[in-house]
Order: sequence, then structure tokens, then C-alpha cells
Amino acid sequence: MAIENVNVKVKINGKERCAKVEPRTLLAHYIRDDLGLTGTHIGCDTSQCGACSVMVDGEVVKSCTVLAVQADGSEITTVEGLGDVNNLHPIQQGFWEKHGLQCGYCTPGVMMAMVGLLKQNPNPSDEEIREGLEGVICRCTGYQFIVEAVKHAAQIMRETEVQLVGEER
Amino acid sequence: MTKVVGARLKRKEDPKLITGNGYFSDDIQLPGMLHAAILRSPHAHAMIKSINVEEALKAPGVVAIYTGKDLEGKIGPVPSSWLVPGCNLKEAPQYPLAIDRVRYVGDGVALVIAEGRYAVRDAMYLIDVEYETLSPAVGQKQSMQNDAPLVHDDIENNIAFHWKAGEIPEEVCENAEVAIRQSFYIQRVAPSPIETRAAIGQYNPGSGELTLWCTSQNPHIHRMVLSGVLEISEAKLRVIAPDMGGGFGGKIGVYPDEALVGYAARDLGRPVKWIEERIEHFTASNYGRDEVLDVELFGKRDGTLSAIRVKNTHNVGAYLSTMGPGVSTIDFGLMVTGCYKIPYASCETFGVYTNTTPTDAYRGAGKPEATYQIERAIDLFAKEIGMDPLELRRKNFVQKEEFPFTNAQGLLYDSGDYEKPLTKALEMFDYNKFRETQKELRKQGKLIGIGFSTYVELCGFGPSKVAGAIGFQGGVWENATVRVHPSGKVTVYSGTSPHGQGHATTFGQVVAEKLGIPMDDIELVFGDTKAISMGWGTYGSRSVAVGGTAVSIATDRVIEKAKKIAAHELEAPVEDLIFEKGIFSVKGAPGFERTFQEIAKSANMAWNLPEGLEPSLEAQSFFDPENFVYPFGTHIAVVEVDKETGQIEIKRYIAVDDVGRVINPLTAEGQVHGGIAQGIGQALWEGTVYNEDGQLLTGTFMDYAMPKARFFPEIETAFTETLSPVNPLGAKGIGETGTTASTPAIMNAVMDALEPYGIKDIEMPLTPEKVWRAISESEGK
Repeated sequence: MAIENVNVKVKINGKERCAKVEPRTLLAHYIRDDLGLTGTHIGCDTSQCGACSVMVDGEVVKSCTVLAVQADGSEITTVEGLGDVNNLHPIQQGFWEKHGLQCGYCTPGVMMAMVGLLKQNPNPSDEEIREGLEGVICRCTGYQFIVEAVKHAAQIMRETEVQLVGEER
Repeated sequence: MTKVVGARLKRKEDPKLITGNGYFSDDIQLPGMLHAAILRSPHAHAMIKSINVEEALKAPGVVAIYTGKDLEGKIGPVPSSWLVPGCNLKEAPQYPLAIDRVRYVGDGVALVIAEGRYAVRDAMYLIDVEYETLSPAVGQKQSMQNDAPLVHDDIENNIAFHWKAGEIPEEVCENAEVAIRQSFYIQRVAPSPIETRAAIGQYNPGSGELTLWCTSQNPHIHRMVLSGVLEISEAKLRVIAPDMGGGFGGKIGVYPDEALVGYAARDLGRPVKWIEERIEHFTASNYGRDEVLDVELFGKRDGTLSAIRVKNTHNVGAYLSTMGPGVSTIDFGLMVTGCYKIPYASCETFGVYTNTTPTDAYRGAGKPEATYQIERAIDLFAKEIGMDPLELRRKNFVQKEEFPFTNAQGLLYDSGDYEKPLTKALEMFDYNKFRETQKELRKQGKLIGIGFSTYVELCGFGPSKVAGAIGFQGGVWENATVRVHPSGKVTVYSGTSPHGQGHATTFGQVVAEKLGIPMDDIELVFGDTKAISMGWGTYGSRSVAVGGTAVSIATDRVIEKAKKIAAHELEAPVEDLIFEKGIFSVKGAPGFERTFQEIAKSANMAWNLPEGLEPSLEAQSFFDPENFVYPFGTHIAVVEVDKETGQIEIKRYIAVDDVGRVINPLTAEGQVHGGIAQGIGQALWEGTVYNEDGQLLTGTFMDYAMPKARFFPEIETAFTETLSPVNPLGAKGIGETGTTASTPAIMNAVMDALEPYGIKDIEMPLTPEKVWRAISESEGK
């Protein structure tokens, strides 16, 4: 028996968006296929790699293991909502300056996870950053430059008092 | 203007990737696009009795289902592209879908096409396949036995090939004062790029052109092979590798899956997308390694090495993959002496079919295995004769004045100075002090160890003549076109196909320095067989040494032509023209100048060109190097083993690599870090596990341990520069150095830590349980 599609409405990167989807649609697929925001990636199907991490109502969420319907009515930030090339978010600046990416596939998710970390801890030590990266997998960088990138971002944020996403800008 | 080559520039590639504007395979949406899923065998070895697709065909959205029988005669087998000669190689045809027998868990059984990502999977699970299971051949040593099940009925003892190189006079082994004999197993590992494989096919019935976007490290090789498989002219098959989320060798191979997608798109006249699931990456993407190495190292009590004899038993899986046969033979067997002057060497390799997923090149391809066995054997030898492992290494190094050096297996090492990175590494690390500290800590019952890896590897795949002689079914030269637009901005086209290495930046640096123009004025185009006439791709650390050289030569040709135009305009002889920092000037005539941009415009407008000179400013190079390049270096690992738990902690890691000219230290360090993480992954955590039924027990990232950030200390890196004489850049290759060097460095460190227990070897990965068990068992003795 076919189950009726449902309308899922979210505020994503500051804009109200909605799409009708099968109830079983994963949030990651909803964001990518239905809303056309392809910066969020899928890497492992089992929630290990974190490439699909987004922020839902201020919390970092792995969007490949959440249903879109569960996010109905929430506020979501994806990599596209961090900043654009002319106005990069400090985390994006950090990743660029410090070579925190190679293939760039896991990067959007890693950056979202790190935004979440910096929200909790604006001045993390190397060790704390490495612990904070536990939920993500990067196969390219060996993580060292990711740690550098996060430290760089944290410094910019402390110096400029840039607001984190998921808060009033 | 400051030097551009050698500058630590941040990458041109990054702005789009950090803003979510990358364009990866799954981002491609085409009108009317269908989704594909491949039903895969749950059995390692079974006959297909019947396939019932009736229910599945009725499922909502299903457009087509193909089985192996449906495709018989319509689509050919996918061949291996490295048919190593002189080894009685027996290639078994791999049809894109199994016809009557499956040979590994993950072998394709049916292709389902439906409207939508979810619908296609719903339908796939409604297919009813009746199997009659057969006994599987699993490990390579068992599968060679006379009573082992046969993977392919007509291939005796499952031996796919038997290769030999090098002779050692019997008396050399017999008269040796010391002989080390040790068997090592280099376990099977999964390349695991975070973006899995993917393919999207689109066919135009009007033009007959088939476009195939796919995750490929070498789109021209995909085009060449698939044009044969699909029986379509290369001129009608366009292969595009869009942005790619890593490769590590796993995206070199031409797989049945891409052939299936191309076939279905053409057959149905609608675009078809297939995205590999992670579990498929573990069951159906080629793995790396899986080699049993029986090593014998001979020499004298004073530390002089005389010979090395190696037998490699390589699990090739159920079929020969694209590069598979070359890995354990040419890549491995010719490098068994490492960076040492060992007069005699021999290597014998058995390639063995088993009921497992095929293995192929994986970051380093053969060289990490070769380095592993010699570096481990050196340590065992040193221990045997009571010599410091570092002293033994130094004593046997090929000396810098001996380059170019022909090793015992006949390879000509281009250039080297093995003391240089070693000395540098020892500047970063006080070895003597460490040995003192180690003694103290041992007294306190703490297990701390140091491991060295002094390595050399063969990189920069070229020369094509050699490729032909070793059975590689392609050339390994590289192609670049430098196209100067009327504005003076430049597009570079390269036959290499990067997937995270940052070629747009490094190649851009080569061009920017030569032309004296800003980096922002240079764009790189790659990964599209329609844009680039030919090329051989990115693998084997060949991009800068071969592809970058082609870019460099093409740029020189542009300058040469531009000079003629400038000379004509300035009414001066060409030989009096100087080109510096983007300005053409006349020797001894100040003020007589043309900018590069002015000449670009002149060339393209062609209003006033020298007699006989064709318009436009564009040049191409097809660079075929005269030799491989041989990067080298010294890595040092310090580890501590917890004897109560077997847990290993990396305390320090030092990497000094010599990769010839470093174009961009930032990206170079990035490559080193990533490579080290991967090599340490092999040593400590990663490993594929099949049970005796050939069932895969490690099919997700929940069971297959990937390296995580908190596992590593800060890696200390440095470079020394010994230029290669085989290309004008002097560049060697960097993508695989870390992976090659780090596995033995870590293993040697752990074995050094465990020295008080007399443990000689533990099979990788060194899980705490294995280490704890080894300690416990040795204590019980």
C-alpha cells in the first residue's frame, strides 16, 4: 500500500522552503534532491563519516540518518548557509588558509561539525579538536591541517566576535 | 615578482568546495533521469539456478531489469589492462553481470532501473534468485592447494599468473653468514574514498553519442576500455570525471558497473544514474594489498647484505582487475631491494584467484608492500647481528655518487641521496638520547619503541616503451595543452585527472611562473575526454612528474611562439628577445617592450604576424619521460605499547621526504599527512575480514576501522630536494610517499617496543587484542 507523500517545510539557510516527499525520505536526500542544496554529501550510509552533517535548530545532526519529516518546521543551516566566496565564514576561511581539505567531499560536513564544536568551546585545544572530529572521517588530509583550520577559525571568531550559525545574526 | 614555484600558496580549488559548490557525481540531475541499482550476490561462490524478476517488474516505477543472460552477446567482458608477459597469465572473462555463476559476495547479478532512488531499491529486493552454493576458495595459500575449489573451472590451482624476476647464485645464499627468514602478510584494505563510486550515462539517439560521467582517476582509460566493452567508437563516447571525493587507487579500475550504466542509458534512451552505496564499496570496489610475503634476506655478520629472495602470494580476487596483475609483479617485484645496494635479488609472485572481490592498485601499489618487507627484514637482520638498525641501513644505502643506480632487478634509480633526509630527520629527533630514555623506561616496565623506514619508491609512470614491455595495455606519457585567450588569460588542459591533489594550483604555479601572469588568470581543465584529446590519468604519483612536465613544455612552446610575434612587432631579431616577468623586451634597447597580454591579443587577432606563422597562441605537449622517478626519504615513528591492554599510542612521527622539486610546500605537506594516515591505518586499524565461507565481515565503517583524528599526534614533516634528471621540473612524486613509508615505520616501532618479549612479528592490523595476546603468549613461554 502506497503511503501518501507529505509536505515538509523548513527554514533553511534563512529561507522558507518546502517540498512534498515520501515519509521515508532521509533529510540528506530532501536537502540535496528536493531543495537542490548539494553541498551536503553522503558518504557512508551508517552515520560514521559525518559528510552529511548539518545544523538543525542549532545542533549538529547527521542528515543521512534523520528523516526529513522529523525536521519539519525546524531551522537548518547547511554549508551553503555558512558564507559565500565573497563573504566566507571563519570556518571556511580556516579551511582555505590552512589547507584543511583535499578532495573536499567530506569538508562541508566536517565544517558543520566544527561549527558545532566551536559553539560549545570557542577556544579548543588541539586535543579537544581531535576529539571533536570523532564523528567525522576524512580520508585525505590526515586531519592535521583540519586541526590547524579549526584553530585558525576559532581565532578569527574570537577576534572579530563573529556570530555562530544557528544564532541570531 | 616572487617565485611562484616553491611558494606556499593556498589552493585555487578551494573556494567552490568550501562553499558547497563542488559538482560531484551525485549532484548531476538530468531531465528524465532514472536510477540504477545492482543486485549483488550474497554468496561467495554459487551457481545461479534461476532469477525471477516478475514481482520486481511490477513494482512502482520500474522501467527495466537486466540479468546476465539478458546481456549475453550484447555487452562484452571487462578486460584487465595490465597483461604482464612471461607469467602464464590466465585472464578469466568478467562479464558485467554474472551469467550462471557468482564468484564473490558482491558479484553483480541483476541491474534494476527505476524512477527514483528509493523505488529502484524497493524493486531490487523483490528479485528472487535461486542459488546453489558451492565451496569457496578464500585465502590465497589455501586456494593454490590441489584440493581447493576452483574459482574458474579451467584454471588449475586457481593460479592466475606465476611471475619470476632475478636470479641469485645458489652459493650466495648457501655461504651467507646470516639468513633472515620471515613471512609477512600485508592484509587487504579498502581504498574508502568518502565519495563512493558513481556513474551517470546519457545517450543521444540522434548523434549516437554516449556521455558517461563517472568517478574515474583516468577518464581516457575508461573511454578506451569501455568503447571496446560497449562497442562504441571512442569518438562517440565521452567520459567525464566531475569533482571527485578521493580515489586512492579505487577509482583507477574500469568496473562492470560503469559499463552497465552506459549500456542501460543507451538501451533505454534515458539518462541513468548509479551511486554506489558504502556496502557496495566494500563488496564490489577493488581492494588493495592482500599479499603474503615470504622473505629471505642474506648477508654477513658485519652487516653487509648480499641477497634478498622473496615469494609473493597475491590474492587477486575472483577476476583480474584493471591494474591488478602489475601490482604484485612489476611494481612490487622489481623494488624488493628498496634503497639498499643488495647485489642479488629474486622475486617470484603467484597471483591466485579466490572467491573474493578483486584487488587492484591502492595508494602506492606494490611499493608499500616492497618497502614493508625490506624495512621489516632489515630490522630483523639488525637484531640478529646485534647492530643498530640505523647503522645497518646506512651501511647498505646506495651512495649518492652511485646514481643513476641500477638495482639488482634492473631498475635504474634516477637520482638520490639517502643520507640527506636521514640526517635531516635526526636533526629533528635525538636518537641517542631516545635510546637512553628507552632503557630507563624499560626498567620501569614501560614499552616504548622506535621504528625507522628509509624508503625509495618508483613513481611517475612513464616511459611508454617500458609500459609496452611490461604488458601495460596503454601508454603512460602525458598530454597538456596551454591555450592563451585574446585577453592573455590562459586555460591549461591536462590528461591527468586529479581528485583532491590540487593540480589547478600546482600546475597553475608552473604556468604562472613561466608566463609571469597572476595565478587567477590560469584555469585548469581536466577529466573530460571531449576537452582533452588524450591522457593517462592520475595514479602512481605521476601527475607532476609527467603531467606537470607536459604543462611546462607546452608553456615553453607558447613562449617560443610569442617571442616570434613580439620580435616581429618590435622589429628585432628573435634571438635578441628577452622574456621576463611577463614582458618581452629587446636586449640593449630599453623601452622596446610588449606585455604577454599584448602578444596574446596580437596572436589571436592575427592582423600582423610574422610571415608563415599561424594565428593563435596555443601549444601542446605529449611528454613521454625517459625513465621513472624515485622519491625517497626517512620516516621515524615512536610508539608506546600498553602491556596490560595491547593498546598502541603513537608518541611522535617524523617524516622527511625527498620528492625532488616541491612545487607547493603546503599541498605537498597535505599529501604527506594524508598518506601517512593511510599507511598507519594499514599498520594499526584497517583490514578486511572474510570468514571461511567467503562472507565479508567488514562491510561498513562500523566494522572496518578507519583512521580518526584523535589516533594521531602532530606529524612533523620536512623536505629535502634532490632533483630528478628525467624531467625539466626536477620533480618526483609525492602522493604515495607517506603511505609507503609509514606502515613499516610503525611496525618496526611496535616490534622495537616489544623487543623484551622476543616477538618477531604480529600480523597487521595491530589491534590491541592481537598485541595483548602476543605479549601474554610470550610471557607464558
